[in-house]
Amino acid sequence: MVDKIVIENLSLQYSDGTESLRGISLNIPEKAVTVLFGPAGGGKSTLLRCLNRLNDLTEVKAASGQILIDGQNILDPNIDVIALRRRIGMVFARPVVLPLSISGNLTYGLELAGEKRRSKLDEAVERSLKLAALWEEVRDRLDDPAIALSGGQQQRLCLARSLALQPEIILLDEPTSGLDPISTGKVEAALQELKKEYTIILVPHSVQQAGRTADYAAFFLQGELVEYGEGKSLFTAPKQKRTEDYITGRFG
Amino acid sequence: MEKSLNWYEFVITRLIKASGYSAIIFVALIFFFLVREGIPTFAETSLSSLLNIRWYPIEDHFGILPLITGSLIVTIGAALVAVPFGLGTAVYISEIAPRWMREILKPLVELLGGLPSVVLGFLGILVLSPYLRVLLNLPTGLTALAGSLLLGGIAVPTVVSVAEDALDAVPRAYREGAWALGATRWQTIWRVTFPAARSGVLTAVMLGVGRAIGETMTVMMVTGNAPVLAVKLGSLFSPVRTMTATIAAEMGEVASGSTHYHVLFFIGMVLFLISLAVNIAASSVVFRTKKRAERILS
Amino acid sequence: MKRALPINRHLAQRTGFTIISLMAFATVVPIIAVVIYILIQGLPAISWEFLTGFPHNGMRAGGILPAIIGTIYLTIGTAIFSVPLGIAAAIYLSEYAADTPLTRTIRIAIINLAGIPSVVYGLFGLGLFVIFLNFGTSILAASLTLSIMTLPVIISTAEESLRSVPQAFRTVSISLGATRWQTIRRIVLKEALPGILTGVILGLERAAGETAPILFTGAAFFLPRLPHSPLDATMALPYHLFVISTQVPEMPIKIQYGTALVLLVFVLSMNLIATVIRSRARARRQW
Repeated sequence: MVDKIVIENLSLQYSDGTESLRGISLNIPEKAVTVLFGPAGGGKSTLLRCLNRLNDLTEVKAASGQILIDGQNILDPNIDVIALRRRIGMVFARPVVLPLSISGNLTYGLELAGEKRRSKLDEAVERSLKLAALWEEVRDRLDDPAIALSGGQQQRLCLARSLALQPEIILLDEPTSGLDPISTGKVEAALQELKKEYTIILVPHSVQQAGRTADYAAFFLQGELVEYGEGKSLFTAPKQKRTEDYITGRFG
Repeated sequence: MEKSLNWYEFVITRLIKASGYSAIIFVALIFFFLVREGIPTFAETSLSSLLNIRWYPIEDHFGILPLITGSLIVTIGAALVAVPFGLGTAVYISEIAPRWMREILKPLVELLGGLPSVVLGFLGILVLSPYLRVLLNLPTGLTALAGSLLLGGIAVPTVVSVAEDALDAVPRAYREGAWALGATRWQTIWRVTFPAARSGVLTAVMLGVGRAIGETMTVMMVTGNAPVLAVKLGSLFSPVRTMTATIAAEMGEVASGSTHYHVLFFIGMVLFLISLAVNIAASSVVFRTKKRAERILS
Repeated sequence: MKRALPINRHLAQRTGFTIISLMAFATVVPIIAVVIYILIQGLPAISWEFLTGFPHNGMRAGGILPAIIGTIYLTIGTAIFSVPLGIAAAIYLSEYAADTPLTRTIRIAIINLAGIPSVVYGLFGLGLFVIFLNFGTSILAASLTLSIMTLPVIISTAEESLRSVPQAFRTVSISLGATRWQTIRRIVLKEALPGILTGVILGLERAAGETAPILFTGAAFFLPRLPHSPLDATMALPYHLFVISTQVPEMPIKIQYGTALVLLVFVLSMNLIATVIRSRARARRQW
């Protein structure tokens, strides 16, 4: 498996001094689902936000280390951040639909990039909705406000939105935390399809979800990477005691 | 395409940043011009003559004490009206009134805030002061009292809206805690909610008073415009003159550059500094409470 | 603590509520009374000639057209200067400014601008625009003066409106590859627009009704013709009302009330439009 993302010794501090990530070194293979799991405060969301440089907007400083995507260090201040963000799609914990129509949400990123051709936009709408398993449910009401959808549908819309720009990498931060089991199942099934083409990094909202979906898994505890390995082996026979304690529920 | 977007975005961002700084520039500019035209007063009259009790510019008497007392008495009177009625209305809207009543009252109070001061002054001349004259058996109805009543009315919307926001902002949990302990709604309002909104209420009062001090047209039309030292209780029932009315009434007739001209700008300076002091006090109350709240939460 | 009977507590509440309710009504009833009174007294004066004619006989007869037109010009002039600048400053405070001492100074400056007495603005306008920049007593000088006075209202309501747009929208927009300005223009500004518009209208409403700032900067007692250029002085409704109610002997009361009514209608209709915009926007909000 080729490594899509190589994280080398990444450390991050918030501006009030609390350390967020300590010396993280991690390889993310392409076209697979890598799961980052662990208790709250472990730094998982922070790491995701580093990957698409969303942390530029927050009070984070003293970053050291490198993140190489396809060999290029994206923490370099000279790279084109806008282009980077188009290569990486992100789905957040709570479904945040933009105050636009369903199709408006999907074409937003493309229009920002300057795409004006109606045909291309329509095609992107259909393609991404199909990938997110939402097409059949909304094909007749693409111009309706996105806010009218149910919670589960909104989250799948956010997934579709992240796919509309045809990124290479998809980041998902607890995407099913507010959803019912059926919607959760639909999202997880979509991810299994998507991983054939995309590199997926998922922060699950439960250890069980991690176990279901992970091809590779990384256990984070208070900013440190404790253990990393293939999904099957890590969840059945973890090497570190702390990992085992967390998976079996001794703390959390 | 990326390049032109960058240039466009750069220009817009620069313009926005410059607009942000504009407020400071304007305050400085206003102060500068007031000082520029007001400071020469000291070259032409002495401080002691300014602190005289006679304001009679025609004969070169520039004692501003009667004007200051005039402003003071009218403002205090206005506060005595605006604070109880304003806070009472705020408490009513925020804590007691049913929702449908709230939807009627809030726009009505806002409407009062939008009434031009000249319209209120106009009604003051034609309706209020004749009424006061008859009611209180005074030689004239154009008195500090008329000014206070109208100014109180003008200050009320400010007091109501700021105080109501402050009361609204008190977390529901505070009230619910008090109710759970067996307090009546009335007791909760006065022992829990109101004290919790203390700083906001104080700000509301200060801003209302600030509004009253600065009002011009209404006082010019109804307070009688007699620059008489107003220090007795009875002064409330006789004509006075405020600093603001003096400027408005006399600026049109002064020769540019004359002593009178400079003194009027000097009075403007004094008014500016008073409003500066009131506003800094009001905003420091807000900042101080925020810090306290952060300490409690951490 | 003294043991109070439950009856006493409820009596206290009943009394207290009654007093407070009376206070609230005592505040509100005069407002309605004022409007109705002016309506009743002023309506007889309203006629086509009154609204479209010029004053005759030293203001004692004829119409108030130049005052109406003057107020419209001044309101437009104020809007031209204060609206773009105010919205831009609000965008800066809401979207760009960090919590630094400089930002706090800007906020204090805005609060101060809001508190400066209107007559002091008149003095400032006289010193800067009329005399120093040599615009003379003109619509231009008066509009600029009124704009600076209106600025704090627009900035604070616009900023509040911008801040009320959920932060999550901005985060999502950035993650899709938008620049900050693209996010502001396409999402934030679009959603905040009704609130901003409400603030603008309320600010302009106040400017339209103000007399003191225009006293020495642009208002004229009587002009035989309508103003031609921004450098002309102008009549205006608030100033006109002031003059005819205090400076003109033997002024027919009907015309005074009529003028007051026109000014009131002008100002209150702006208030109404702003309120309607605000409630409609609240109903159609997508968040």
